[in-house]
Amino acid sequence: MTDLTIQEAAGRLAAGDIRSVDLTRQCLERIAARDKELNAFIAVRGDRALADAEDADREMAAGRYRGSLHGIPVSLKDLIDVEGMPTTAASRVRAHHVASEDSPIAAALKRAGAVIIGKCNLHEFAFGTTSEDSAYGPVRNPYDASRSPGGSSGGSGAAVAAGMCLGSVGTDTGGSIRIPAAACGIVGLKPGKGELSCAGVVPLSWTLDNVGPMTRSVTDAWLMYRVMRNSSGATREPSARRVPERRESSDTLEPRTVRGLRLAVLGGYFAELLENGVRDRFEQATETLRAAGAELTHIQLPHAHLVPASYVHLVLGEAAAYHASTLDTAFDRYTRAVALRLSMGRYILAEDYVRAHRGSAALRAHVDEALTRCEALVLPTLPITPPRIGATTVDFGSRTEPLRNAMLRLTQPFNLTGHPAISLPCGGAVPPGDTKPLPVGFQIVGRRGGTIELLRVAKAIEEIL
Amino acid sequence: MTLQEWLRVAHADAQRRGLPDLKPLLEALAQATAALREAEFEREDDDAGGVTTSGDPHD
Repeated sequence: MTDLTIQEAAGRLAAGDIRSVDLTRQCLERIAARDKELNAFIAVRGDRALADAEDADREMAAGRYRGSLHGIPVSLKDLIDVEGMPTTAASRVRAHHVASEDSPIAAALKRAGAVIIGKCNLHEFAFGTTSEDSAYGPVRNPYDASRSPGGSSGGSGAAVAAGMCLGSVGTDTGGSIRIPAAACGIVGLKPGKGELSCAGVVPLSWTLDNVGPMTRSVTDAWLMYRVMRNSSGATREPSARRVPERRESSDTLEPRTVRGLRLAVLGGYFAELLENGVRDRFEQATETLRAAGAELTHIQLPHAHLVPASYVHLVLGEAAAYHASTLDTAFDRYTRAVALRLSMGRYILAEDYVRAHRGSAALRAHVDEALTRCEALVLPTLPITPPRIGATTVDFGSRTEPLRNAMLRLTQPFNLTGHPAISLPCGGAVPPGDTKPLPVGFQIVGRRGGTIELLRVAKAIEEIL
Repeated sequence: MTLQEWLRVAHADAQRRGLPDLKPLLEALAQATAALREAEFEREDDDAGGVTTSGDPHD
């Protein structure tokens, strides 16, 4: 049962074919069997999750069905507050923190009847792409435990891929939902900027942070997204009778038709540095879409080469502002690599921070313009296959890049611009020097304000790929 | 403040804080800052042109 999608499990729960308590118990058993190796969880709510699942079963048996997440075991990145639980951010800096109330996201999931099974490991303070630098030890990729699951929501990616829960909530400041989704072979959605509440979430960058779902299918991402989109009403009383979502009566996300779908493949900066196997797999995917009737064009965006410079000035400056006092008083409680990167932000000048905002605005205008000519932009999510734990650089042949820069390269542009973006699994590629294929991600970028439409496009592409 | 002045001050401050391993990170940051300062976003239409489209992936 732990390999079911949310949609499949919801159908069986609603029909009374399975019980939430059994599904939840199986997820807990999977965690017990695999998490010593993968280290995906920082906290597991075993007894409490089973009690919540029993409550869900009782409600459903009494005819009080809350919707598609009712009785579904899910997890949250341990950056997001759940009442009564620590929010560690994978850091010793927050060792004694306990959340006094639910974040709006956790509250929305609870109102929808989801069973929160635990809190997932991450790169410390979400400030990294590998999920290695964590006070709770590195997270490992379920496909190859010698490799990273990506990050910073690496525990969420590993947990969903390994069947420890049916969906998870991650955060994405430069790609931290989409990167682990690609590395773990699952779906990861970064909604448009500001769509989902970041209240009760430890910030990395107020300008760039997003919350979003990590799941096994596009429909599942939609099911979680539409529940979390209702999170602004976090203070409302829970009610089994309230329909938690305007269209909850319909559990079907209607896909777009691929025939005639206009997709723009991003070139230039976006195609310069790709591992050969990733490039091959992405090109196979676009050819498959073309053969199915999609209309593909190839575009280049001005200023794209300035993405990393704009990104680093925003994220470093804002992260340093949040961490300033603890850097002064508890520097040694951070992992060394994260403490040093945070310290860099204290040297950013205001004039350069403003320039970075101007760079983001210019790029946003170019992406908006590109999306007037097509329904979506497409590109790989991650330019490399999941790296080995401990790797610090990537050799692209033409040049060697720091690993962090390489991993962020294709996702961070859309944090700067605020456009919704999603990563889908699109088969595997064999890493250099290895023999076993590992997951590759296919990224789709939609119009601002068009997350639902992006999901419809993604579902159509998912069915083809 | 020129980038050279900024980098000199930043290096000295990192040294004072007992963080000499910040030096290579600050040098990488200086390169990013230089790229940002050289960009003229306000003249993007003149200097960078708009989005370019092609039907051929090899263009």
